[in-house]
Amino acid sequence: MHVKLFIPCFVDLFYPETGKAMYKILKRLGLDVEVIESPACCGQPAFNTGYWDDAKVAAGKLLMQMRGADAVVIGSGSCGAMVKVFYPELFMGTEFEPIAKEVSPVCFEFCSFLVDKLGVTDLGARFPHKVTYHDGCHSLREMHIKEAPRLLLARVRDLEFIEMKETVCCGFGGTFSAKFPMISTAMDEVKCELAIQTGAEFVVSSDSSCLMQIQGIADRKKLPLKTIHLAEILNMQ
Amino acid sequence: MKSNVKNFKAAALKSSSDLTRRRLILNALRNFEVTRNQKQALFQDWGAARELAAAKKWDAILNLDKNIELFTKKLESNGAKVHWAKDAESARSIILQIIQEKKAKLIVKSKSMTSEEIHLNDTLTRAGFDTLETDLGEFIVQLRGEGPFHIVFPAMHLTRGEIRELFQSKLGDAPSDDPEALTMVARRFLREKYIKADIGITGANFAVAETGMISITENEGNARLVSALPRTMITLVGIEKIIPRLDDLALFLPMLATAGAGQLISCYNTLYSGPRRPDEPDGPSEHHVILLDNGRTKVLADPVACDLLRCIRCGNCLNVCPVFRNIGGHSYGAAYCGPIGSVLMPIIAGIEQWYHLSYASSLCGACTEACPVKIDLHHHLLKNRRTAAKTIPVWWQKLAFKIFNLFACSPVLWRLMSKSGWFLQFFYVWSVKGTCLDPAYPWTKTRELPPIAKETFREWYKKHE
Amino acid sequence: MNYHRSQKKLFVNGIKNMNDKDHILNSIIDALKRKDKHQASDSALLKPIDQVLPSVPSEPEALIEMFRKNSDSLKAEFYIAKSKADAKDYLIHLKNQESWKKIASHKGSIVRQIIEPPDLPLYWTDDGYDVHELAKCDAGITECDALVAQTGSIMLTSRTAGGRALSVLPPHHIVIATRSQLVPDLPTALQIVRQRFSNNYPSMISFITGPSRTGDIERILVYGAHGPVKLTIIMIWNDQG
Repeated sequence: MHVKLFIPCFVDLFYPETGKAMYKILKRLGLDVEVIESPACCGQPAFNTGYWDDAKVAAGKLLMQMRGADAVVIGSGSCGAMVKVFYPELFMGTEFEPIAKEVSPVCFEFCSFLVDKLGVTDLGARFPHKVTYHDGCHSLREMHIKEAPRLLLARVRDLEFIEMKETVCCGFGGTFSAKFPMISTAMDEVKCELAIQTGAEFVVSSDSSCLMQIQGIADRKKLPLKTIHLAEILNMQ
Repeated sequence: MKSNVKNFKAAALKSSSDLTRRRLILNALRNFEVTRNQKQALFQDWGAARELAAAKKWDAILNLDKNIELFTKKLESNGAKVHWAKDAESARSIILQIIQEKKAKLIVKSKSMTSEEIHLNDTLTRAGFDTLETDLGEFIVQLRGEGPFHIVFPAMHLTRGEIRELFQSKLGDAPSDDPEALTMVARRFLREKYIKADIGITGANFAVAETGMISITENEGNARLVSALPRTMITLVGIEKIIPRLDDLALFLPMLATAGAGQLISCYNTLYSGPRRPDEPDGPSEHHVILLDNGRTKVLADPVACDLLRCIRCGNCLNVCPVFRNIGGHSYGAAYCGPIGSVLMPIIAGIEQWYHLSYASSLCGACTEACPVKIDLHHHLLKNRRTAAKTIPVWWQKLAFKIFNLFACSPVLWRLMSKSGWFLQFFYVWSVKGTCLDPAYPWTKTRELPPIAKETFREWYKKHE
Repeated sequence: MNYHRSQKKLFVNGIKNMNDKDHILNSIIDALKRKDKHQASDSALLKPIDQVLPSVPSEPEALIEMFRKNSDSLKAEFYIAKSKADAKDYLIHLKNQESWKKIASHKGSIVRQIIEPPDLPLYWTDDGYDVHELAKCDAGITECDALVAQTGSIMLTSRTAGGRALSVLPPHHIVIATRSQLVPDLPTALQIVRQRFSNNYPSMISFITGPSRTGDIERILVYGAHGPVKLTIIMIWNDQG
């Protein structure tokens, strides 16, 4: 199967290990992986801020790069939602609209690709720690991914999984985290409290931006929390 | 207007810093979710109920022209007087005129968010009329000189201790802070007011065209009393409340109660079809119903925003919104707060004054998931942002995105950016980080930033390709 | 002079009001012209209301049980009287238990057969009443038009339950119902409204579900707000006896 892998901008810059883990896992599964080198961004920051014409610049280029694969695997739920759900709307009435509609059905967030497309849940991984899972809002509510990460975690050896009592946004929301930092931080505090209440050592997610938000507060307040991307756990043998 | 944004940010900062208040609200809303989920589970199919409710309201909106004419005709044939108000000022002056004609001294009101929307109480007070809220939550915030904190639970931000102090100072009667005892204090105080009042003002939750009736949902019985004892009754109803059939209430009443209050059905759901009939022993001899536009036809005309008219004002979007939970209703500075307010206010009251509300969201989508009539609330926030960027673009934001595009779309420039970013961050950390010169200060004020990696993913891939 | 001025003011406001009506109606028509009416939902894809609301049993005994269970959870009292005589005895029992000095009621056909002074000190509302006297009454007794099993609700009207205030002003509301008035669900109850009153609706039709309550203080449920603190439903099993 020929897949194109898109590693989003902040994963590329801040969490390259996550990108590496994704690439290595796909290669181990015997797939023909083509990494999309450029553009590095899906256009979501401009789109979410309302500057749709500016968003189209990077988005149009990325869309063209995504054509022609059996599947497009995207290294975050929020970027996955941008391409799969919002590109058809962003490009409505333009020449890119049919391309967006052509690419959307073959677009997958990484974990969802493993489980829902390949039917793979066991990667032979081992991670002897207590973990809890944070559902990124775009993953959960735009891409409707809930079971896939849990099925993957269930097959990781020696891992103890505890669900948080409540499903709630971490407060990142892209530029929202900088435009309204007081609200973003308050939401982050609630999230961290829920995570700590589980007794988990690690908060796991398939959204690096959420992990950046959670780790950001945990480090500043010296909370007993570490964060790790699910792909990195799955890559640990 | 810049001052609206500044005020909002200041209010949000103040509210989010009040940890005790945040905890009170969070606990109340978490407990509410438990009872709401229990009641939702009683439905055979809550998801299908949402589909049906959304379809019925949509059908009502698409036929508003026919429904509003039928409603008016039926209501007038029942003896009510129907007035039309194209905006808030018009509605206020109609109500004021009725009150002046009646030479009213005391007015009692049941809960009406529409009356908040048109700032009715201020107008009546300034005109010298004693206007008393009778819903317990509205009564409490009126005594405090505040607007409602939540569109269904106006005083949920207050502790029983605060309410006791309030009653002690304003009513001189509050021996205990037990919620039941405090409720009885309000009951005793308001009882004689219902009896003395000349005019009762209500809102409406629905308006049934088929039979010419307004429908009022409540738990306390105050609206029942406001509609029973005074000689004149005035009802203010937004035109989007009109539904075609009586039968539709069998769906809407339980859904409103479940989503809004975690009850299968509210205590009193009452249909009023005009003034008392000749064979009835009581009730108002005049019933005035004011149909309010105030931007609703503007929303109706909007090709994208018109599904907002499906809103049944249940408040569930507020209940689940993490922004609302942390900053509370007063921070919004608007009649309608929470997600529905953040979507509506820029559309009906001006994008220039209210655009910031649509940006003050992480777009988590919890509101859309919770809405019983399936309004795509968080996507509306996105659409409002698009309108704001077109109408009132911020030059430096546009420039920043253009520059970012240049880097993001060129592998060479991207590599240059990541390499120089990695290098410069050491100086950044030593010098400006965490100070007011820090460009990332909105983030670093409260959170740590991860470092830019020495070798990005793309650099590693190029080496190992 | 003042008379003419006020007439002119009313006239001007009348014109202004007419403009608002035209403005609103025209705005609605304009807005809807641009709508694609095919946007209306495909009703074939929607479940009917009786498949989405809480389910109701069909057997009469099960319906009564459902009503009882709902009443209990709402803190309303539900008493099944074997006969009218039993209902009367129960009212006297309540009177003694709560030390009623005066109660209010209306001259409904069933109520009149149950309530007789001087056993129960009465204040009738049918031909008008003094609201201060009504406010002093310890209880208000009314008939009703239906009991709804699905929600534990009572449906009554201003025509058939002694006006608007009788069922809400006194602190204890007692409803006299018959077994045949129990209906399964809200859709049925609303059909009854249309069938029974279609040519001449009462000015008020109310669905009452439990005693009055509020959640306005710390969102804690308190029973007894502005309406009745207590609600008792007496269902007469055999209303022929």
